[in-house]
Amino acid sequence: MPAPEQRRIIFKHIDESGYSNDLACYLKHGGYEVLKQAVTRPPQALIDEVKRSGLRGRGGAGFPCGVKWGLVDRRSGKPIYLIVNADESEPGTFKDRYLIHQDPHQLIEGTMISCFANNVTQAYIYIRGEFPHGARILGKAIAEARAANFVGPNILGTGYSCEIHIHRGAGAYICGEETGLIESLEGKRAYPRIKPPYFPAVLGLYQCPTIVNNVETLCHVKHIAEIGGEAFARIGTANNTGTRIFCVSGHVQRPGCYEFPTGTITMGQLLNEVCGGPLPGRKFKAVIPGGSSAKVLRFGERFKGRRKVGADLVDFDWGVEDLPMDFDSLALIGTMGGSGGVIVMDDSVNMVEALANINAFYAHESCGQCTPCREGSLWMKKLTTRMVHGPARAEDAALLKDVADQIPGRTICAFGEACAWPTQSFLAKFGDEFKNHHETKQVPKPTATAALV
Amino acid sequence: MNLKPETLIKIDEVITHYPEKRSAMMPLLHLIQEEVGYIPEEAITWVAEKLGLQPINVYEVVTFYPMFRRQPIGRRHIKVCRTLSCALRGGYQICEKFEQEFNTHRGAVSPDGEVTVEFVECLASCGTAPVVMVDDDLHEQVDGAKAQQIADRIKAEARQR
Repeated sequence: MPAPEQRRIIFKHIDESGYSNDLACYLKHGGYEVLKQAVTRPPQALIDEVKRSGLRGRGGAGFPCGVKWGLVDRRSGKPIYLIVNADESEPGTFKDRYLIHQDPHQLIEGTMISCFANNVTQAYIYIRGEFPHGARILGKAIAEARAANFVGPNILGTGYSCEIHIHRGAGAYICGEETGLIESLEGKRAYPRIKPPYFPAVLGLYQCPTIVNNVETLCHVKHIAEIGGEAFARIGTANNTGTRIFCVSGHVQRPGCYEFPTGTITMGQLLNEVCGGPLPGRKFKAVIPGGSSAKVLRFGERFKGRRKVGADLVDFDWGVEDLPMDFDSLALIGTMGGSGGVIVMDDSVNMVEALANINAFYAHESCGQCTPCREGSLWMKKLTTRMVHGPARAEDAALLKDVADQIPGRTICAFGEACAWPTQSFLAKFGDEFKNHHETKQVPKPTATAALV
Repeated sequence: MNLKPETLIKIDEVITHYPEKRSAMMPLLHLIQEEVGYIPEEAITWVAEKLGLQPINVYEVVTFYPMFRRQPIGRRHIKVCRTLSCALRGGYQICEKFEQEFNTHRGAVSPDGEVTVEFVECLASCGTAPVVMVDDDLHEQVDGAKAQQIADRIKAEARQR
């Protein structure tokens, strides 16, 4: 079956020739018309639209945005804050970079609509430190929007006021975790907070109710306000509504960002047709479907079981190529849609080396608060690095699994799962390569093979 | 702590962005690092005083975030992405290439003081891997030839100084 057409809503103007990131260009394309409409409606009506839309957060967890907004404590009398999570840092994810650099006003409009809906008077955009130009572009865009009365005091004469400020991170992955991000914004180390309270919507920034949403999620809000929640829910599939941006990287012919109605494209269509298939002379070996912490899939494995389609239970029997790329299907087979970052590895890749690369990332990025994660991520890195650069032993596989199995569920935040899942899934899917590594590493590799660690 | 008047103006302005002064910690450290090149010891006490905090509160932040440096670096900063998508496309070879070109090794300042070559974690441009940041500018799909061009340009700019 041929791949469906891309449906670019959020990415409509990305890489469009002649489209620039200034206000004049955005206005020429109908910019801020949705905000003008939105501020004439009761805020609760906008929240209801988002609830009806079924929009799920695009940062990684896939939590329904309307539910998140519904949890906000509106009776406390404290100010409500909104934080734009632009700390895009899950390896394999690179959509926000384009949205911020090329279409910053779309994000600002979505943010202002969300602020108005939730009676927020101060928003912050937490942008990762590695986007210095992105921070400048956003700063200029906010200044333009302020001058045009879309941001700031008495927006469009409604009496409603809201400021946006930019806050730059400084290279810590853990700031993508929303409570770590809040700590960072408060001027501290980005140590994720102990739960409960489970949601910053109750106690967040400065102990006030706080909404933290991903860049892509807030861009979607603009389009929901425009077309209505029900129309948005008709895009994609049930429970996986709207479009999804897939960021494909690694060993494919045409890596990049591609936007499709959620759940309408399979992994095979995405990689083979949209991304042009494997590099010349190579074959796909493995794919990580939702950012580097998602569990890896092995080409050739099959997934069988029963799933709910509408009210019915139906059997499924999928290969990796057949997987529908939506939150629920990927969760069903034990991995996740996560942040939409699809990392592809072909048959030139040694899986021990690939895991050593991933483990080095997580060991570097563990915040150090919880012992299982701080020590576990470090030992997984040491073990896999030693297997590659030092002596490898047949028993390393079991030792690695033992370390990894002691991390998840024993940490304050989901980083514990994020750092253990790669090791657990690599061992589950490619266990032989780990057991045999002491032998395979003796075989000389073609000189063109990329070093991974 | 001697900071330029324009930096001091920016510092006073950014503090107004937050209901609690402590939140201005990272913006202040960024502004100081942009001017000085790193976070010197005296900056830690200066920021603490400015924000009504103890030096330890600043110190713990400086040591937590990878982008804050406690030592000077070369005049140019070459950051090669080390993470998986870039490594799959040859990031390690690119890093070695820069090390050879500038006669240095990762994390150290080159003997002429011109560059610091460093491996950094994911720069969020995985689709155009491998990527390299030189100071604030991103270079995409950096193969050997492109790395050579980047190195040559840095050397030419150094000669003009």
